[in-house]
Amino acid sequence: MSQYYVGILILICINLLAVLGLSLMTGFTGLFNFGQAGFLSVGAYTAAILTTQYEVPFIPALFAGMIVSVIASFFIGYPTLRLKGDYFAIATLGFSEVVRLLVENLEKITGGSRGIPRIQTYTSLPFALGASAIALWLVANYVRSRHGRSCVAIREDELAAESIGIDSFRYKQIVFAINAALAGLSGGLLAHYVGFIQPSMFSIIKSTELIVMVIFGGMHSLTGADFSAIVLTSLPELLRTAQAWRLVAYGVLVVLIMVARPEGLMGSWELTPANVKALFTKKREE
Amino acid sequence: MNTILQQVINGVSIGSVYALIAVGYSLVYSVLKFSNFAHAGVLMVGSYLGFFALTLLNVPFWVALFLAIVGAGILGIVNERLAYRPIRIRDAPLLYLMISSLGASIFLENFIIVTIGPTFRTYPDVFPIAPFRVGDLSIGRLDIIIFVIAAISMALLTWIIYGTQMGNAIRATSYNMRVASLMGINPDLVVAIVFFLAGASGGLGGVLFGIKYTVWPGMGILTLKAFIAAVVGGLGSLPGAVLGAMVLGVTETFAAAFVSSAFRDLFSYALMIIIILVRPGGLMGTVTGDKA
Repeated sequence: MSQYYVGILILICINLLAVLGLSLMTGFTGLFNFGQAGFLSVGAYTAAILTTQYEVPFIPALFAGMIVSVIASFFIGYPTLRLKGDYFAIATLGFSEVVRLLVENLEKITGGSRGIPRIQTYTSLPFALGASAIALWLVANYVRSRHGRSCVAIREDELAAESIGIDSFRYKQIVFAINAALAGLSGGLLAHYVGFIQPSMFSIIKSTELIVMVIFGGMHSLTGADFSAIVLTSLPELLRTAQAWRLVAYGVLVVLIMVARPEGLMGSWELTPANVKALFTKKREE
Repeated sequence: MNTILQQVINGVSIGSVYALIAVGYSLVYSVLKFSNFAHAGVLMVGSYLGFFALTLLNVPFWVALFLAIVGAGILGIVNERLAYRPIRIRDAPLLYLMISSLGASIFLENFIIVTIGPTFRTYPDVFPIAPFRVGDLSIGRLDIIIFVIAAISMALLTWIIYGTQMGNAIRATSYNMRVASLMGINPDLVVAIVFFLAGASGGLGGVLFGIKYTVWPGMGILTLKAFIAAVVGGLGSLPGAVLGAMVLGVTETFAAAFVSSAFRDLFSYALMIIIILVRPGGLMGTVTGDKA
């Protein structure tokens, strides 16, 4: 397999990690996180600073990035997740701007807008594949656990969920922390795949792309999230010429999906052996 | 003392621009209960309309202002028709409206980038730049003019919302859309008018901001300031949005003048987080809970 396709596969795995977290939040819990790039940035910078300046080994540096990202999620979640209204969405959007500001202005630590060059490219295809497979397995199990069911209940009707004893604030914070950990990992892997990081890699465009992936595949389906992470990561890479119009099309796509088919491509269908079997038996009966 | 007074005037001037944008956002929020991210795109398009009216059509400033306001207002209506109404009439979750508005915002910003270009553009000098001098205090002429225009439009908007039959209908709809429609108020008409008013005030804010600074496709990020102003003042409250915007404007200019202009925005976010922690309903709002 040529280096080019290996690269695309690694990028798919990296994006998938961030999309899984976002799908858990936006799709399954109904929390709109508009600042995912901020968490990627925190993970990427923490891991990259540790490996380039302090010679920390790759895997502990990744974990450190995840931990810092989770800590950040508590700072945003604690004041806003208790409140009704759009406080949370506004705070996440603000968070990614704060991270960008800090990264651009704390030049001694982050290299300012020039970023951090010469990061060792530790992220290999087996490593990225392994990390995203484990994350997918964990998230899929989480969704089917008591926790995951509680999250769906909160999404559907928070008041009703609370009245049957679900502590919605706690579950929201847990989901937010999981998302932050996955995003931090994704950022760390990205930094050590590309070999350099700059603030412009973690702009609002990045948050937007990740949200589009979640919505396109189907907000209530992890299969959909996987599918769109694969398609929407590889398509723009293969169709380099239409780059400028890509975001215009994304905007139209998001509105169209919300207007015509808000459940996205997959709806809540999941690729499980039982569901696949059901699909085929139904066809035979027809 | 003089520097402090000057900073207050600067702060109030930029605060009045934030207020215009925040009022548009709050109007929509108070009626439809979702954060309209597309407000960013509408104000940016309004700012571009004003810019091109001045540079390409060579019309006088007031005509350009009028074109920008009306254009942005109409864009607001179109935006609602295409992106929100189909979702609204289905009674779908509010999350869908917010996501759709995000899509509209992405579309508008990137459409302008592709068609007009990503560069920063500067408005021609529409007003003399020489500052007013009061004693040994010098006040930017532009700051005063921006403040006056913003104040007049805000007064007009206040009159529309609190002094007219239509305003009554808007306030009734924001209180309870279903009951208001039982009272003979056409909710679709009210929503259309709300989006026109929101777009128009956003467009005006965009033009004023463009005159003071520059115009570029990403200037919609300015709505983040409007969100913060609205949260500080109380989500969905119009007087709150104005108050929040003023507090935000003054905080920012003081932070820029006395601490560091690079970290100016950090103070805005810090202000928002403090308000959420100490007084979650905002300065003038109330904390709302779910009703069964």
